[in-house]
Amino acid sequence: MKIIVCIKQVPAGEVKINPETGTLIREGVESILNPFCEYALDEAIRIKKEQEEERGEKVEIIVLTMGPPQARSALLRCLELGSDRAILLCDRKFAGADTLATSLALSEAIQKFEVDFTLVFTGKQAIDGDTAQVGPELAEHLGISQITYAISTTLIPERKRIQVKRETENGYEIVECKLPALISVSGGSNIRKIPSFKEIINARKKRIRTVTADELSKDTEKFGLSGSPTQVAKVFPPKGRTGGQKIESDDPEKAVDRLIEFLQENGFVEKE
Amino acid sequence: MLQIDLEACNGCKLCEKTCPFAAIIVENKKAKVLENCTLCGACVNICSQYALNIERPAILSDEELAKYSGVCIFAECETQNEPQVKPVVLQLLEKGRMLADKLKENLSVILLGAKNSQLTQTLISHGADKVYLCQHSLLEKYSTDGFTNVITGVIMQEKFSIVLFGATPTGRDLTPRIAARLKVGLTADCTGLDINEDRQLVQTRPAFGGNIMASILSPFTRPQLATVRPNVFPQGIPNPERKGTIKEIPVKLNPKGIRTKIIETIITQKEETIPIEEADILISAGRGIQTKENLELIKELAEELNGTMSCSRSIVDLGWLPHSFQVGQSGKTVSPKLYIALGISGAIQHLVGMSSSDAIIAINKDPDAPIFKIADFGIVGDALEIIPILIKRLRESKKN
Repeated sequence: MKIIVCIKQVPAGEVKINPETGTLIREGVESILNPFCEYALDEAIRIKKEQEEERGEKVEIIVLTMGPPQARSALLRCLELGSDRAILLCDRKFAGADTLATSLALSEAIQKFEVDFTLVFTGKQAIDGDTAQVGPELAEHLGISQITYAISTTLIPERKRIQVKRETENGYEIVECKLPALISVSGGSNIRKIPSFKEIINARKKRIRTVTADELSKDTEKFGLSGSPTQVAKVFPPKGRTGGQKIESDDPEKAVDRLIEFLQENGFVEKE
Repeated sequence: MLQIDLEACNGCKLCEKTCPFAAIIVENKKAKVLENCTLCGACVNICSQYALNIERPAILSDEELAKYSGVCIFAECETQNEPQVKPVVLQLLEKGRMLADKLKENLSVILLGAKNSQLTQTLISHGADKVYLCQHSLLEKYSTDGFTNVITGVIMQEKFSIVLFGATPTGRDLTPRIAARLKVGLTADCTGLDINEDRQLVQTRPAFGGNIMASILSPFTRPQLATVRPNVFPQGIPNPERKGTIKEIPVKLNPKGIRTKIIETIITQKEETIPIEEADILISAGRGIQTKENLELIKELAEELNGTMSCSRSIVDLGWLPHSFQVGQSGKTVSPKLYIALGISGAIQHLVGMSSSDAIIAINKDPDAPIFKIADFGIVGDALEIIPILIKRLRESKKN
């Protein structure tokens, strides 16, 4: 059984933007594995353990990302945590991709190299862009079902199905679908495993395959900036709201007097 | 045009069962497309033989672009109780009306459901010119496949220029699926929408925790798709006299075409509590309240002001309140009439979730806390000292 986990490396802190292209300047910013991707990976590893121990079925976890050469470090972390192999889509031609061009590149890589997959996991969203679009877009390109906002999963391999507990606006829902499927994960048990020395050494022996745009397709126009229907027209600082009166008084009773006045003037409290 | 690879087709009939408009049939064990095909792509997506294909150009010519017109809104409904549209739909109608007027084009709504046709008048009174009504027992509950197939079909048939969705969990599950099917752009969580001189939709959204705003265009593809966070646009005043047309679209759905099945629904949020995004007055607690027990004080103040309690992220991280109470980038966007921030310093992630409130009051010990930069009224002081005095005074004034 093959499980693919799509991950994203995200900036750990504040990022700057190229004012000309409106895209991120990633150079010189410390990067981490997107937390929601880490939940997705946790779930894949849990399934691997369960299937290998209980059913004796070999499960291979392949982590996939698109990004600059530095994204190797995020892949390496996934390998340390228990993934078997990694694929890095790395090419200038992939740069500047919006969610459609990103999901298309990921889907072509899966269809080209790992078409016999059973499951695709993604994080709910990345903490830098916050769009939550790449998962469902990828599922659509692959022509498979999707279940978003997952917090736990139960594989039913004998029926080729998966049951997923997912968050809804007012609680939870248990949803079932046929495999293969894409699951986007929004939370989990929050076990942040620290890899052992042996696991760190082993990870270095695992393969990270680098794939260029030309290796994926003859038509590379569909990737990166040229394949992105959305364009950033401009970036600008948010409109500030200006503060009103600020009371700095040692006497809380007096401060409350003024507060009550404010509430009365604005109709939140009736005037005495 | 839908292309069928007859050699690859194995006559499994999955396309026939999936097409929401009965526009593809299987004859002599081969698929055949009919004239009423909307190019929604439902069959292409479900075909396991890769026998079906729709060529969608990556860049439309000016002539093609001109064929698309009108603004459309997806009318997402509440999942519980009586049929009711979500508040974000009414907010989108107000904004959509403005965009349609600017373009001098129609404002349409797509309404899906099993038995909710009575909602059409609400939609018209809030500004819709035309309601596309799709009723089917399999549309009673949301499913990714069912809703994507039907909505994409209507969009392709009517060739709307702009389609807007609420950035709700359902909207965020559904819209990217539609965008990928049509190979068009999608902008998530817009906080501003406008029309530029080229009649394009200008989609503005905060990027990177609200530190910067980005204006986004989809110049060469149609429709232009966007999701909008609830509560960033105001809702308009309905006009019950307003007239509009209703177009019923017959839909044919088969359970086989919907690949996910809801096994169980677990509702944890009690109905009597007002969700924070719908409250008029929010009393919000931050790390400055120091202990979980002090939440009782916040609750008491909320009761005195007929408000609802909410909180900052740190309170949720500490496990003192569930995630549904959280205001901010990773929580909910709120825009109440009054927002009282107690012991909240005002990190940018918090501010993006509440800065559109009508009035903001802040109480915080730190005179340099960023929350004071946006508060209409601020007190530099210990919230724990001030709240009991405020509660006492409010109670006294009520007695009088």
